[in-house]
Amino acid sequence: MPMIDLVPGRRAYPVKPPQSGISRKRSLWERIHLDPWLLAMLLVLMLSGLVVLYSASGQRLEVVIAQGVRFGVALTGMLIIAQFSPATLLRWALPAYLVGLAMLVAVEVMGDMGMGAQRWLVIPGVVRFQPSEMMKLAVPMMVSAWLCRRELPPRWRDLGVCAVLIGAPVLLIARQPDLGTSLLVAMAAVFVILLAGLSWRIILLLGALAASALPLLWMNMHDYQRQRVLTFLDPESDPLGAGWNIIQSTTAIGSGGLWGKGWLQGTQSQLEFLPERHTDFIVAVLGEEFGLVGMLAFLALYLLIVCRGLWLAGAAQETFGRLLAGSIILTFFIYVFVNVGMVSGILPVVGVPLPLVSYGGTSSVTLLAGFGILMAIHSHRRLLPR
Amino acid sequence: MRPPRDTLKNPEQELRVFRLRALLAIVVVLALTGLLAGRLAYLQIVQHEVYSTRSEKNRVRVEPLPPTRGLIYDRNGVLLAENRPTYNLTLVRERVDDLDETLALLVELLELPEDKQQAFRERSRQRQRPFQPALLMSDLDEEQIARLAVNRHRLPGVEVQAQLLRYYPDAEVMSHVLGYVGRINAEELEDLDAGDYAGTHFIGKTGVERFYEDVLHGQAGLRKVETNARGRVLRELGRTDPIPGETLTLTLDHELQRLAVELLDGRRGAIVAVAPQTGEILAMASVPGFDTNQFVTGIDVASYRALQDDIDLPLFNRAIRGSYPAGSTIKPFMAITGLKEGEITPDEVIYDPGYYQLPNDSRRYRNWLRWGHGRVDLERALAVSNNTYFYSLAHDLGIDRIHDSLSRFGFGQRVAADVAGESSALLPSRDWKRARFNQPWYPGETLSVGIGQGYLQITPLQLATATAVLANRGDWVQPRLALEIGDAPVPTELPDTPPDIELDNPVWWERVYSGMEKVLSGREGTARRSGAGLEYRMAGKSGTAQVFSLGQDEKYDAEELQERLRDHALFMAFAPVDNPQIAVSVIVENAGGGSSQTAGLARAMTDFWLLERQDGEALAARQDASEEEGG
Repeated sequence: MPMIDLVPGRRAYPVKPPQSGISRKRSLWERIHLDPWLLAMLLVLMLSGLVVLYSASGQRLEVVIAQGVRFGVALTGMLIIAQFSPATLLRWALPAYLVGLAMLVAVEVMGDMGMGAQRWLVIPGVVRFQPSEMMKLAVPMMVSAWLCRRELPPRWRDLGVCAVLIGAPVLLIARQPDLGTSLLVAMAAVFVILLAGLSWRIILLLGALAASALPLLWMNMHDYQRQRVLTFLDPESDPLGAGWNIIQSTTAIGSGGLWGKGWLQGTQSQLEFLPERHTDFIVAVLGEEFGLVGMLAFLALYLLIVCRGLWLAGAAQETFGRLLAGSIILTFFIYVFVNVGMVSGILPVVGVPLPLVSYGGTSSVTLLAGFGILMAIHSHRRLLPR
Repeated sequence: MRPPRDTLKNPEQELRVFRLRALLAIVVVLALTGLLAGRLAYLQIVQHEVYSTRSEKNRVRVEPLPPTRGLIYDRNGVLLAENRPTYNLTLVRERVDDLDETLALLVELLELPEDKQQAFRERSRQRQRPFQPALLMSDLDEEQIARLAVNRHRLPGVEVQAQLLRYYPDAEVMSHVLGYVGRINAEELEDLDAGDYAGTHFIGKTGVERFYEDVLHGQAGLRKVETNARGRVLRELGRTDPIPGETLTLTLDHELQRLAVELLDGRRGAIVAVAPQTGEILAMASVPGFDTNQFVTGIDVASYRALQDDIDLPLFNRAIRGSYPAGSTIKPFMAITGLKEGEITPDEVIYDPGYYQLPNDSRRYRNWLRWGHGRVDLERALAVSNNTYFYSLAHDLGIDRIHDSLSRFGFGQRVAADVAGESSALLPSRDWKRARFNQPWYPGETLSVGIGQGYLQITPLQLATATAVLANRGDWVQPRLALEIGDAPVPTELPDTPPDIELDNPVWWERVYSGMEKVLSGREGTARRSGAGLEYRMAGKSGTAQVFSLGQDEKYDAEELQERLRDHALFMAFAPVDNPQIAVSVIVENAGGGSSQTAGLARAMTDFWLLERQDGEALAARQDASEEEGG
């Protein structure tokens, strides 16, 4: 693959050999570029997720198997991605970003209609692909790649460039319309900028600006999106329509109590009162059947994964990897927070799955690909070029 | 544009800033996780009770189980109203793959005619709760069921459901007296006990079905079921069985009722037969009748309009709601009144010149025989239906005494114990006239009442009841339809009845009976032709009721007009005179003068009851028993 550098004729990384002159014997984990702790926690999460999914899917084993197969594919993808060095990822940042952007435009132009929203790019008989998923990684990569070459903390001019880099894909995704994903993509990029050390003055200023832009956002929302916000504010206003999901999911969680009703025993879940119970609303099943204890256990596991991820990011030697890794892990947390917050009724309903637990292939692949990058950044730190 | 070169990159500084920010991020992450945990704890610990209850209510539904409606039998155990399992075609839209295709297939399988297809399609699109079956067609026949069964695999979501539906085996004959059930309407729903009728779709609308609704309906049961969000029942958690309605045995005799309908032979009219000593209504027919079964399954608009607009008023129950001038059938009751009040004695004779004149009045009130009957005593006055005798009697009595006495026979009031929708007709009085017309009562009007014309109006049921009281020598008897509810006989002792009628000389009853016997068997009797060859003693009285006028807006063709202006023919009778077992009233509208027709109908009724009915003895036994009970 030809090397495409952001600034031709200039090396991306300063030449800096490993600190330790002593060639230490590398462990198995280092050789396959995986972090055993992170991997172990992810596997525990995924296996527990499958157990919950079996119940949430109405005890359909084929759903669990399908999800298991996807996990297998996604883990393989993670393993492969982990083999690339951060330098390679840095080289790919621009092409990946441009290809993703092109595909978003393609979706916009000729996208297939799916779920009332244009999200899929279909090459008949070959692949169904959601470019917006790819952008969840490509956009933070691009922003990291841009910022790592700049003097940090970022200045106004850098912000301007970033705004363009982020704005184009986010607007395209929002137009599909997929508000959840576009917000996640924007968040991922914003995390990069924040981690790069954007000054508090600018953060506060932009925050104030964003708050004042909220009415503008409201005016540009689709009716169903507005409805979701309104329903969030008062679910009882439409108990059989838009509010149904929230009422049923909070009922499911609340009726779970401290210890839950037991696996496969959740009446709300098993009797189909919960809509989308094996995808975005799987937390309700979890809460109903495993109670507060089960919920806290899952939250603790997510918290540990986030901490481990941030620790790995902080251990990265290069700015690009550091920023990207930090962004990926914080975005992962945002998934958890938005999903649990939405199902428990403190956030409006946006289509965000519970990472690695909700049924769905694309998000698992993207998430594990992200963890692959995270591990690559960590495990390649002593193997930087030359 | 190329970005400017960065000359001041400081990796150490960047790492430090990053770690600081990462630390900050962990703090924020912890805070947000804490927020989630707090929310979950609030839902699952603090609000647990609330959501537990809500979740329970969510899944458990109480479904009513409608009771089976009680059956109705006649006095001999002939089934008059039953519940027939019918098969209805239902469709659950949520389980149908392609609605249009399914409907097309159904139309083909059921061989629906063009005109029914439209309604069929509309019903399939009616708004329904999710997973509630929509009723496409009721009362499938066996062939249709078989065809649907064979093609079951091609029709997901289509089901044939069994439902008990009221069925009247002899609907035309029993139509008015039995009544029918129909779908509960909004008005009725307001007055009903919501719990008891939750699963019931039908309610008695008229007749016995209406009056004995409480008895026939039974008590609803219920079952607790677990459902899913779409309302589909998954399993039963518990149930209370419904208590079926009571079986009702009527006093009616199906055969006699059928005979009455056949006797009327399609002519507009009514026949009522009552057992004089018990008040049991043996037959109560109003012709024309109609097929009550149509109303159960839901009559279509066109058929209903046809019934409603029919000039013969088939929906009108003449036996209890038809108000007719009594005509000369009032004369025996006038005779009793005269004897009771001491205005006449049986042997007193008047001279009839062919008319009657009020004192100081030149107007002549004519006898039907222009030249008069000459010397007339009580018996002859009844036998030849002399008007002059009764003009004179009525004038002597005055309207007040007439009103008081006739009301003791049940005229002018609802007489029956358990007949829904009965009319009280009209027994005029001074008060009534003042209230109605704000006019005083004129003596001439008393004369009209004396021969059963004028304001006086009666129903066939009233006439039969009064005849029964007459046959009972003045002992009041209340007509009723229910013989047994469940296994318990219905008590005959009823409160608030008119006082019995007593004569100074009880033998005088016989004199009135004798006059009435002469109507049928006397040489001059008005119905002597019908009385020929009587095998038992029968007393009766004919009557002719003038049809006064038609409503101004009513349009009939010439022939209709002629027919409908003819007089109504009436007859009342009881037999045998020495031990009365049946009292009959017959009214045939526009039959014209002449009592031979109606007298013949009454004779046919008594003949059947006394000569052919095998249980005559049983009836007599029951009457003896009830007499002993009564003391």
